[in-house]
Amino acid sequence: MQAFAYARPTSVAQAVASGTEPDAAFLAGGTELLNWLRLGISAPKRVLDISRLEGLDRIELLPGGGLSIGALVRLSDAAQHEAVLRDYPVLSQAILKAASPQIRNLATIGGNLLQRTRCPYFRAEETLPCNKRVPGSGCSALHGINDRHAIFGWTEDCVATQPSDPAVALAALDAVVVTARPEGERRIPATEFHTLPDRRPQDHNLLRQGELITAIELPAPAPRSEYLKIRERESYEYATVSAAAALEMDGSTIRRARIALGSVAHRPWRLTAAESRLAGMDIGHREALREALQVSFADARPLSHNAHKIPLARNAALRVIEMAARRSPR
Amino acid sequence: MQSPDGLGPAVTEVGAEEAADWIVNLTLRVNGVEYRLEGLDTRVTLLDLLRERLHLTGTKKGCNYGECGACTVHLDGRRVNACLVLAASADGREVTTVEGLATGDELHPVQRAFIEHDGFQCGFCTPGQVMSAAALINEGHAGSEAEIREWMSGNLCRCSAYPQIVAAVQAAAGTRRTG
Repeated sequence: MQAFAYARPTSVAQAVASGTEPDAAFLAGGTELLNWLRLGISAPKRVLDISRLEGLDRIELLPGGGLSIGALVRLSDAAQHEAVLRDYPVLSQAILKAASPQIRNLATIGGNLLQRTRCPYFRAEETLPCNKRVPGSGCSALHGINDRHAIFGWTEDCVATQPSDPAVALAALDAVVVTARPEGERRIPATEFHTLPDRRPQDHNLLRQGELITAIELPAPAPRSEYLKIRERESYEYATVSAAAALEMDGSTIRRARIALGSVAHRPWRLTAAESRLAGMDIGHREALREALQVSFADARPLSHNAHKIPLARNAALRVIEMAARRSPR
Repeated sequence: MQSPDGLGPAVTEVGAEEAADWIVNLTLRVNGVEYRLEGLDTRVTLLDLLRERLHLTGTKKGCNYGECGACTVHLDGRRVNACLVLAASADGREVTTVEGLATGDELHPVQRAFIEHDGFQCGFCTPGQVMSAAALINEGHAGSEAEIREWMSGNLCRCSAYPQIVAAVQAAAGTRRTG
């Protein structure tokens, strides 16, 4: 591990000012950064510990009816917060299916979005061709071990997926990531926060050097929402695929459906085409729902070892819609 | 950049003030004892601090990536992986390790239950399992076998003593059905 200086900024403004210096890195929960330092994925010369910044660890109701979750709220606290459990069950479920209890006690909701792909070539202890690790070096997964990789939005430069569970719930909820930077605040839709590899495959998300997430804002409550995680172990494992749904119902008729898939692309994948078709459909007509979902899979492209993820994702989407519909409204 | 231990040109280059930032001093309360630690390399994790500096070797170093749970300790009363905590960021906080769980010569109920129910074979993961189990019971997650398995999933056991570990946790929590 490369040596680094350690400092504790005392305000968001100070953190952002110091953070914009090249080779500076923010430390919050530390569950990702420490492993990046060990693997050489990141080699900052200055680590800025923001974990004690005041005011970023609160969950507050927004005047318009939404909820603001401070970036430093620990995952375990966010999942068990009364308003999250009641109004955004999909988020609570996604968090509780992520990582382990020990990690959730350290990791923050803001930091969670900044975790990087679990692609074994990206995380290798010995540096292997990987455009996210060493830009321009190629993609080992394209023709390598890619059973857990993308089926949507990949390019020959990168076939990695974004692994966050909470991010999938946030995308289905149309959450907004609020950041601080020297020019002022920025608001980024959760659906656009993570980047696809088509422009700059080395990027992970839209944040620039020194830009700091301060809060996640959730719009109106979505009590009829659910998260489904399909994985190879029952617990403490990344998703093979996951699905989040937030429904609004009129009796058995779907008024509005929002569906996001996880671990299928380098961002949570909203099924927007299917969502418009699902509006007005009866939740009991399973075959019609399945057909409606199919339109969003027209652009799915399997890699050499992951064709199974396409039917898996489609079935997960169907199941999660039915699960969300079974939740009684508040 | 060169490590400050080498006192090479890197330190002179970045200036005296910056050089001091490579080193941290901190206060930590471990198992009820207050420690003042000076001249610590910024890279030291809580795990390495406990083992190498305070010689509290009950906390084990398994994977050192937060995957196995062998290094589980309580930080301000909450279970965490000590390998994922930078010692500097734990400044002023309170840590309990497996050495601090017993009261004098009297073992903690979780420790007794692990012995009674054979909750281990080689024992390497046991301190982490015990610390995790003690926290889990306080959190109220020992309601059923399934719940215990889910909330103990951050602690791996290569000897696969899982059935006995679950039995031990149920016994310690008083949720074990008898007969």
